Amino acid sequence: METALTYAGYAAAVWLFLIGLYGVVKARHLVNLCLSLTVVQSSTYVLLTIIGFRPGLPAPIYTDGLLPGSAAVDPIVQALMLTDVVVEATVIALLLAIIIKVHRDARTADPDRVDMMRG
Amino acid sequence: MKRNWRILLFVAGAVGIAFLFAIAAGPLIHPRDIRNQYAAAINSATFAERNVTDTVSAVNFDFRGFDTLGEEFILLVSVLGSLVLLRMIEDRKGKVLRDALDEWRDVGPSDAIRLWILAMIAPKVAFGIYIVTHGQLTPGGGFQGGVILASAALILYLGEGFTVFRDVISHPATEIVEGAGALGFLFVGMLGWIWGRPYLTNVVPLGKAHELTSGGTIALISLATGLEVAAGFILLLYAFLQENLSPVEET
Repeated sequence: METALTYAGYAAAVWLFLIGLYGVVKARHLVNLCLSLTVVQSSTYVLLTIIGFRPGLPAPIYTDGLLPGSAAVDPIVQALMLTDVVVEATVIALLLAIIIKVHRDARTADPDRVDMMRG
Repeated sequence: MKRNWRILLFVAGAVGIAFLFAIAAGPLIHPRDIRNQYAAAINSATFAERNVTDTVSAVNFDFRGFDTLGEEFILLVSVLGSLVLLRMIEDRKGKVLRDALDEWRDVGPSDAIRLWILAMIAPKVAFGIYIVTHGQLTPGGGFQGGVILASAALILYLGEGFTVFRDVISHPATEIVEGAGALGFLFVGMLGWIWGRPYLTNVVPLGKAHELTSGGTIALISLATGLEVAAGFILLLYAFLQENLSPVEET
């Protein structure tokens, strides 16, 4: 059962990555493209969490009866993921701001028709 | 035509990625590798050497502190970039923006909704401060608490509308807090230099485990991060809400 869960985690990570990438390829609107990118991004969260996952072990919080120094799931990948969730939100905000600017200047948000290099 | 080729290319690439991923993930699924030792080392060092009960916060703000400093500046630069981009757009309009806001002010939510939403702000702020300051004890810390604090501002917007939101948020203090959070992280890292130790060494007294004052620089950096994240998200909300409420001007 726990092994099945691990396999499912890795499968979910690669599936999220590919379905997000498909969204990026298919996107006909820049906002759509940006949201697809967040799906790609969230595959890294699943991957990091499942890499740190140890069957049967608790979270690495040493309160409430968990003995200090006893075995727990990997805290390093959790820390990596945690900062990334917040930082990614601001990076997406930056992308959306760029999209607004592109829409104003190019008068379209279709990535195929945005042609800013005309000079 | 071009799109069909693109999707064909994607399918070919996707099969390749899935294949390579399966090869790469195969060895990771068997838990008898070196990662166990690394996780165990960090898990035991956190309590024994830092008096901290939340290992994730200790990794973020101490063991991996330098990486988090970089992440924090990615955050700062993204916020600044968004503000600069949206302000460039704002400058182009001027009067149109103000008229739209004055019109909007008349159509506020009902008093009952306003009362309940405003009553939620104080518990929200208290909860955010609690999460920021207890990062070294329980799950939480500057990143999570900062977002909760910023959402209190969003509640203010929901209850009172954009005009009140702008009057509260556009105070220079928001930008000062944003900068102070980033600088605070830098300066806490420099504390080690006073004793001739490397950057980001945990030189502040570690305190007793299970107490609010435990963890030394972990709690201080968590607080600085919380300030920066909260102010950063509030500035982003302000910029985007302002953008959203102003009429799109087809020049």
